[in-house]
Amino acid sequence: MLELKNITFDVQEGAQEIGIIRDVSFTIPDNKFVVITGPNGGGKSTLARLIAGIEKPTGGQILLDGEDITQKSITERARMGISYAMQQPVRFKGIQVLDLLRLASGKGIKVTVAEACQYLSRVGLCAKDYIMREVNSSLSGGELKRIEIATVLARGTKLSVFDEPEAGIDLWSFQNLIQVFEQMRDSIKDSSILIISHQERILEIADEIIVVADGKIDRQGPRDEILPSLIGTTSAVGACVPMGGRPVPVPPVPTDANGNPIPKSRMKGGEA
Amino acid sequence: MEFKKMDEIQKRILMEVAGLHTVPEGAFNIRSDGELAGRSSSANIEIVSKEDGSGIDIHIKPGTKNESVHIPVIMSKSGLHDVVYNDFYVGEDCDVVIVAGCGISNCGAGDSEHDGIHRFYVGKNSKVQYVEKHYGEGDGTGKRILNPVTEVYLEEGSYVEMEMVQIKGVDSTDRSTVAKVAKDASLVVKERLMTHGEQYAASAYLVDLDGDGSSADIVSRSVARDKSYQKLDLRINGNAACSGHTECDSIIMDEGRILAVPQLEANCTDSALIHEAAIGKIAGEQLIKLMTLGLTEQEAEEQIVNGFLK
Repeated sequence: MLELKNITFDVQEGAQEIGIIRDVSFTIPDNKFVVITGPNGGGKSTLARLIAGIEKPTGGQILLDGEDITQKSITERARMGISYAMQQPVRFKGIQVLDLLRLASGKGIKVTVAEACQYLSRVGLCAKDYIMREVNSSLSGGELKRIEIATVLARGTKLSVFDEPEAGIDLWSFQNLIQVFEQMRDSIKDSSILIISHQERILEIADEIIVVADGKIDRQGPRDEILPSLIGTTSAVGACVPMGGRPVPVPPVPTDANGNPIPKSRMKGGEA
Repeated sequence: MEFKKMDEIQKRILMEVAGLHTVPEGAFNIRSDGELAGRSSSANIEIVSKEDGSGIDIHIKPGTKNESVHIPVIMSKSGLHDVVYNDFYVGEDCDVVIVAGCGISNCGAGDSEHDGIHRFYVGKNSKVQYVEKHYGEGDGTGKRILNPVTEVYLEEGSYVEMEMVQIKGVDSTDRSTVAKVAKDASLVVKERLMTHGEQYAASAYLVDLDGDGSSADIVSRSVARDKSYQKLDLRINGNAACSGHTECDSIIMDEGRILAVPQLEANCTDSALIHEAAIGKIAGEQLIKLMTLGLTEQEAEEQIVNGFLK
């Protein structure tokens, strides 16, 4: 379980102090799939970087399973069980995909090529074509992004944070990627997932949604409560991009005989 | 069979520079502390001493395929200055691997220096893979110095790939590589260089693309750590309808310094020449990515440097 308590993050711009994150508190419980969404520039990526330890908050506390990790380094947090997939993954000259997956798994060369290939297959890459490739500029943005997601899968930690996994991935590939997250959702046991996303399909599989705008939490709650309020509202503009960038009709929220929304978990099999 | 006459230090150095722990198959010549420590010719590869004693001639018969020659040099005595000329005469239509290299272990106070002058005469349509590793060790105050000179003459349709590696322990190196490339011949060079402490390394290439359809691809990757200094001077002259590419890609760390001097001279309108040079420190995001996988900053740095020099 991850808790953020009254987190603030200010940056100095000239003589002025600008508040990027202003008094944000939320909890990511175990076994939950939580999506943070909201307009660009609202502070979502900064929150992910604060959780991974890349930035240190100006104020407030971050707790992992009750332990204060606010002052812990990136490495310490990684070893305590936090994984982080970058929005714009970095390239490494000379380091092969296999090397990176082995580093990620923490088991080094004990990870066989076959095991490493499984992680690539899960993100929809033909493993034998990629496993020996260098993580350099010969890879496209979309390929790199999937390898980044594979490194988080290889770690298999109790908290996985993904910063806009859909960014830079084409529409067709994204359809497959959704399945990766659906699988993660289904096999979440004793771990939790935090995804920063604008994608409706990702929001649809969330347990909880947190809307962040202007460095603050605009609202948060269960998906069935938040998602309908996002779609078709002005706050949804920029917060929720329909697939392919074209408008899609808002699906009516399914209800049972009493008019209550039916949770997605009960709608299995009916989905495309 | 093992090298019986060698002590442990010599054996270790041999392993570092030539990957050898037993007598290699095929032809070899091992020079240890300025003297011959072992030699073997094969049916197709003949190794003979020069008459004036200044080095060896290696003759590879035309049509020799899938054979290798090892000519490592070991220096384990302090204060030795060794100069040696090795000439390779590769016949036509060959496909061979040549492994050279020099390791110095200097635990004394005197400077140890090895200057190897290698000349390659590569016959028509032959293919040569050349691997050269330089390595130094020992905690004496004497310096470990290597000043190799390499000359390569490629005849029509030949192909030479050179892998030059100097990763550790050489205090001072001044390397010069000269090549002349004839019609439809290709030269590929992969250089890997790492300096630390107060080391100095200079590497200069002068490649003449003389024939139509000739090409050269010279790629140097280097890392300068601590207070070391490197000068990388890569020059290609395009004298015909040829294509040439040089790349100088360097990481600087600590107080390391690097001077990259890429040069191209086009003497023919049909020559296509490109150079690239980039020097910079390790990107912060690269470190961050590896740290989010649980590596410490130091471990992350090591992985990035190892990968870069792989």
